[in-house]
Amino acid sequence: MTAVTDRQKLQYIAARAADARVNVELETEGMTLNIGPQHPATHGTLRIVARLDGEQVIAAEPVAGYMHRGYEKLAEVRTYAQVTTLVNRIDWLGSFANEVPFILAAERLMEVEAPPRATWIRTLLFEMSRIANIILFLGDMGVQLGAITPVFFAFRDREYVLDQIERVTGGRFHPNFDRIGGLKDDLPKGWLEDTKAVMDKVRSFCDEIEDLLMGSEVFQERTRGIGIIPPDVALQYGLSGANARASGIDWDLRRDACVGLAYPEVDWKVWTHPDGDSFARFWVRLQEVREATRIIDQLADGVPSGPIMAKVPRIIKVPAGEAWVSTENPLGEMGYYVVSQGDLTPFRLKIRSASFNNISITPWLLRGVYVPDIVTILASLYFILGDIDR
Amino acid sequence: MAEDQTETAATAEAEPEAQVDEARAGIVEAFRAELGDAVEDAEVQPGRDVWIRVRTDAWRAAAEAARNSLGARYFCFLSAIDWLPSPYGRSMDAAVDVELARRAGEDPASPSTELAHGVTGGSTRFQVLARVADVGRPGGYWGVTLKADVGDDMTVDSWVPVYAGADWHEREAWEMFGLTFTGHPGLRHMYLPSDFEGHPLRKEFPLLARMVKPWPGIVDVEPMPGDDEEPADGSGDADGEGDS
Repeated sequence: MTAVTDRQKLQYIAARAADARVNVELETEGMTLNIGPQHPATHGTLRIVARLDGEQVIAAEPVAGYMHRGYEKLAEVRTYAQVTTLVNRIDWLGSFANEVPFILAAERLMEVEAPPRATWIRTLLFEMSRIANIILFLGDMGVQLGAITPVFFAFRDREYVLDQIERVTGGRFHPNFDRIGGLKDDLPKGWLEDTKAVMDKVRSFCDEIEDLLMGSEVFQERTRGIGIIPPDVALQYGLSGANARASGIDWDLRRDACVGLAYPEVDWKVWTHPDGDSFARFWVRLQEVREATRIIDQLADGVPSGPIMAKVPRIIKVPAGEAWVSTENPLGEMGYYVVSQGDLTPFRLKIRSASFNNISITPWLLRGVYVPDIVTILASLYFILGDIDR
Repeated sequence: MAEDQTETAATAEAEPEAQVDEARAGIVEAFRAELGDAVEDAEVQPGRDVWIRVRTDAWRAAAEAARNSLGARYFCFLSAIDWLPSPYGRSMDAAVDVELARRAGEDPASPSTELAHGVTGGSTRFQVLARVADVGRPGGYWGVTLKADVGDDMTVDSWVPVYAGADWHEREAWEMFGLTFTGHPGLRHMYLPSDFEGHPLRKEFPLLARMVKPWPGIVDVEPMPGDDEEPADGSGDADGEGDS
């Protein structure tokens, strides 16, 4: 009898206590919201732990590392030719662009220069990767705001670009096509004409996206004035690429420090936007795709003839030295610091990937925003998980 | 607008090397003026890049000079180098090394244990390196790689008070090399699980996959069918020079 009473008493107390806890949490304590690692808005396996006060974020901490593959260590036991296989997988949407700065750094240490034809084709494929990469962003941004249609257009039109990349390299995602001293193969017959036709399609895709999204009131409301990054903060955190240009920083490595690529030969423009908000980041990327189609059209008209490989030894031993080469990749500045001690493999390879810096700003940027904006801000920063974790 | 920018790019390309060299030497001079004798060594590769090595205790002062006085407001990366030659053999790729050393007439059995410091030298096993740049002024872009020795206490000043973006990079260097950054707001694991032991990017940290199963690297240096005659001559071309 007494035992039953005790249990009832305990249940009563427990119920009261649970009530009290709920009330206390709602009124005074914050709440921790765990986004990811498996979440559609995180493009992979980034986890964000957000501390909330009602609808507002008071602290946010991204947790990376779910996809760390240790490329810097692996590169120390790979020959230079094998490293391109690894770096392909850093930013997997624009993989060719990852190979280029590494190969350029190795070429600099070896004092080898690729012949002009190889340089032009490299630049062509580099810009193709940029389009393939950013097209997906343009579609995906809509999805994060509840617009499903743009992403289907994006996947449809990206396929045309990937087909062209595949025709040259044999791989849609991991071309592994760049070689020290040049390229693996020459362009297939008729490729340049077809590429120009694809560029027309990409341009009409850009117009479609602009019609679909940018005029929409919902899109404007959810992106204008949201997630503003002042230029000074952007530079401190090392933001690069379109994220920096959307904060009004007029900086593009293709123009300012072009190494071993054909950008000085063509007429193009660096787009910037003064606002620094989510909308500006979207807008700058949209213009960049259009600019890339212009670059490709011009390059396709003027590919010089000649060999595609310089003369290099079959066993590549890179002379001792250190070299830093970075290029303007689809996601931002991507660079390799190569330390060689005259061996078959790099002694140390530091990979500076754009998304790592671009996402390191999120604890600062997400402070004070509302929960639904976390997703749009992350989408507008545009990162690839492989590019954070390496 | 577009023409202006392509022109800038074209003139930058056409500049004679000596002039670019001057600009980079100017960067070294500016750092010397700011830091005095804390600049231990500097190297300029004309038309390419510039390195500056500072004393360990001037590591943060170098960042402050770069950012506040010289205008390099852009933080690119921060990392470290372990200069210890790998105890698992040069390149950790023993089969290839043995073969190449044999062809070159060297003794592959005793790999060097000397620290072979790269550009701008140094005296300690570990070095921190970082890169900053001045961006946002079309035509005025420049960048510099800064280095500093790290002594046996494995401690160096944090850059976070100067460049907020150094936070994650220092966490990475902390877990990968075991360096401690004084003044960092919270050194914790970036990639690895919190109970992970060891520092993977140190040279003595074994890459287990490679230990268990040797890489078939020797396959890569087997002579091609057309090259068969060369080693038979006895004139063995160690570099395997050939058309690709």
